[in-house]
Amino acid sequence: MMFFLETVISGLMAGVMYSLVALGFVLIFKASGVFNFAQGVFALFAGLALYDFISMDGWFYELFGFALPVWLGIIATMGVMVIVAWLVELLVLRHLVNQEPIILFMSTIGLAYFLEGLGDILFGSDVKPLDVGLPSGASDYLLDNYNFYVEKLEVVAALIAAALVIVLAIFFQKTRIGRALRAVADDHQAALSVGISLRMIWVVVWSVSGFVALVAGIMWGSKSGVQFSLSLIALKALPVLILGGFTSVPGAIIGGLIIGVGEKVAEIYAGPFIGGAIENWFAYMLALAFLLVRPQGLFGEKIIERV
Amino acid sequence: MKFKMLTRALAVVAVALPVATTAAEAYELTIPGTVYRTGPYAPNGIPWANGVADYYAMLNERDGGIDGVKINYIECETAYNTKQGVECYENTKSAGSGALAYQPMGTGITYQMIPKASEDKIPVFSMGYGRTSAANGKVFPYIFNFPATYWDQASVFVKYIGEKEGGMDKLKGKKIALVYHNSAYGKEPIRVLEEAAKKHGFELMLLAVDHPGQEQKATWLQVRRERPDWVMMWGWGVMNQVAIKEAASIRFPMDHFIGVWWSGSENDVMPAGDDANGYLSGAFHAAGDNFRAHDDIKKYVYDSGKGTGDRDRIGEVLYNRGVVAAMWTAEAIRTGMRIHNTKEPTGEQVRDGFEALDVDAKRLAVLGLEGFTYPVKVTCENHQGPGKVGLQQWDAKAKKWSFVTGFYEPDDDIIQPLIAEDSANYAKENSITPRSCN
Repeated sequence: MMFFLETVISGLMAGVMYSLVALGFVLIFKASGVFNFAQGVFALFAGLALYDFISMDGWFYELFGFALPVWLGIIATMGVMVIVAWLVELLVLRHLVNQEPIILFMSTIGLAYFLEGLGDILFGSDVKPLDVGLPSGASDYLLDNYNFYVEKLEVVAALIAAALVIVLAIFFQKTRIGRALRAVADDHQAALSVGISLRMIWVVVWSVSGFVALVAGIMWGSKSGVQFSLSLIALKALPVLILGGFTSVPGAIIGGLIIGVGEKVAEIYAGPFIGGAIENWFAYMLALAFLLVRPQGLFGEKIIERV
Repeated sequence: MKFKMLTRALAVVAVALPVATTAAEAYELTIPGTVYRTGPYAPNGIPWANGVADYYAMLNERDGGIDGVKINYIECETAYNTKQGVECYENTKSAGSGALAYQPMGTGITYQMIPKASEDKIPVFSMGYGRTSAANGKVFPYIFNFPATYWDQASVFVKYIGEKEGGMDKLKGKKIALVYHNSAYGKEPIRVLEEAAKKHGFELMLLAVDHPGQEQKATWLQVRRERPDWVMMWGWGVMNQVAIKEAASIRFPMDHFIGVWWSGSENDVMPAGDDANGYLSGAFHAAGDNFRAHDDIKKYVYDSGKGTGDRDRIGEVLYNRGVVAAMWTAEAIRTGMRIHNTKEPTGEQVRDGFEALDVDAKRLAVLGLEGFTYPVKVTCENHQGPGKVGLQQWDAKAKKWSFVTGFYEPDDDIIQPLIAEDSANYAKENSITPRSCN
């Protein structure tokens, strides 16, 4: 029973890590209808930039002879992500206004390849052990006293994800820009007619998504070092999105939790009977099953099309 | 450093184009390298590729190539993708005066190259990886996997564990887990471990990890529940780093955790910091840059600005893996040239060189690699070489790998019948009549 509980909690924690990536997809999709395939690469790029600012092994140190403290490094990286968002709007999205969603989607695939290559040229392909002071390893207290295993980093990730959702909720509900974002999400034309700048909104939403990518990059980078396989975590977010719905922030969280728990329980209890390594497969199967029943996901907006 | 690298990269692009069109008049020894400097496995692919490129560059600069004939080393990027690897093979096999040998740098790519290269009569040197039964030179005349195979390594790990437990008879009732990359590569040791489990009476627990291995919680929860006495790992790339961190996290003792030689580089242990202290891995060559060959690489290649990587990373485990691979390939080409008394060898003649390869301790000393690895002799029948494997251990404080054992002989009682069986099956499936080696 104790082991089952450990499995469930580890699954929930892993799910939160997936949710962090899924949130970035949701934000952009919600505001602009673009499925940003480059979101995983955004997390990688943010992790690479942050490592460069805070380590003695990067451009920044070489140029200025000192490394930034972590908090300043995070702010500087956020600045980089805002610049990336602005460039994406300037060089990609601006030219594709009114194009089919598939065109916009394809452009984000190109963006993913470009950013990955740029990251490689600028920062190198080595594994970068990211240390921003987050705890690592199991909780000694729980392990020593109750023989119960919980990863400290994942608990922190859960807390950060909760804080992130609250911040995003406040941003969307209480700020002027947040309301403008929601207006654009509801109806582009109507938003434009009341004077909301679509371009500005796109820069803002891609910046916010860059911020979420930075958080994901920090958490995943602290777990396994910042390296190019980080871009593949986008694949972990896909079943989460299908399950939770592409347009729902709470959906990304709940979807992540369901996928996290589901895949861990399946791997441990069913895996040994069918050869193991079913985690990835199971997550997609679960998502597929949901697609059959609720194509819009758990919390997604119901698609009503007049024919 | 980064500025320098960038300007160097731009300079290479600027210079490479005109050179590519005007040079290549004289015969050169063409050796393509199917490398991966991009993609999720790049952190491991880069130092390996650098070691190969730098060694050939050093031979060109110092000796004018191999016996005075320049080496034309061509890199082709695969991103560790089998399809791209095959494409690279097809695009480079006729380059220059024709490819003389391949290092596929990946088990998946090796499997695809085996029939193609055998047909094209170009030797494939899958050094310590690829299809294990290619050790049988009668069935695989163009494939070489010396100095040791995955099967050798798995059997050596079992021997080491037996020794640590106080004798092979003490393995009875023990539990050994294999955490493996869920790919052709990761599955290679399973057959040998299953046979060893039958022979010695230990319980084998198999735990597959899907590519790329960024998330392994379920695997390590199973290790925590089952409490195996020892864990072996056949991992690659991010899978290694995550596994070592997860093992430390569940407090699995690092000195009971042994990785294959592709799970034993600085890249694999550094992200885990002090927690990785004591972690073991297989090895067939030393780490470090305190060899004369490394001095020559620095002197003839890096001092003149022709190095492919960072000077301070010379001597890392995977860099040295590239150096040793290039050294054996160059020695095989040299042997082939001398056997056939030619300065313009063909792939077939280089194959003969591989089959007569004898890099003994004396030759290693001449090459500036004394004590770097063990003597290797390859024959027509035996393409796997001596099959010896040692174990190295990570010292997290000193940030250094050091050998903690000598080189063990593999358990041939288990391995040789399996090689015979697997190669016979391959011969049957592909209608190959094993050649005579007399």
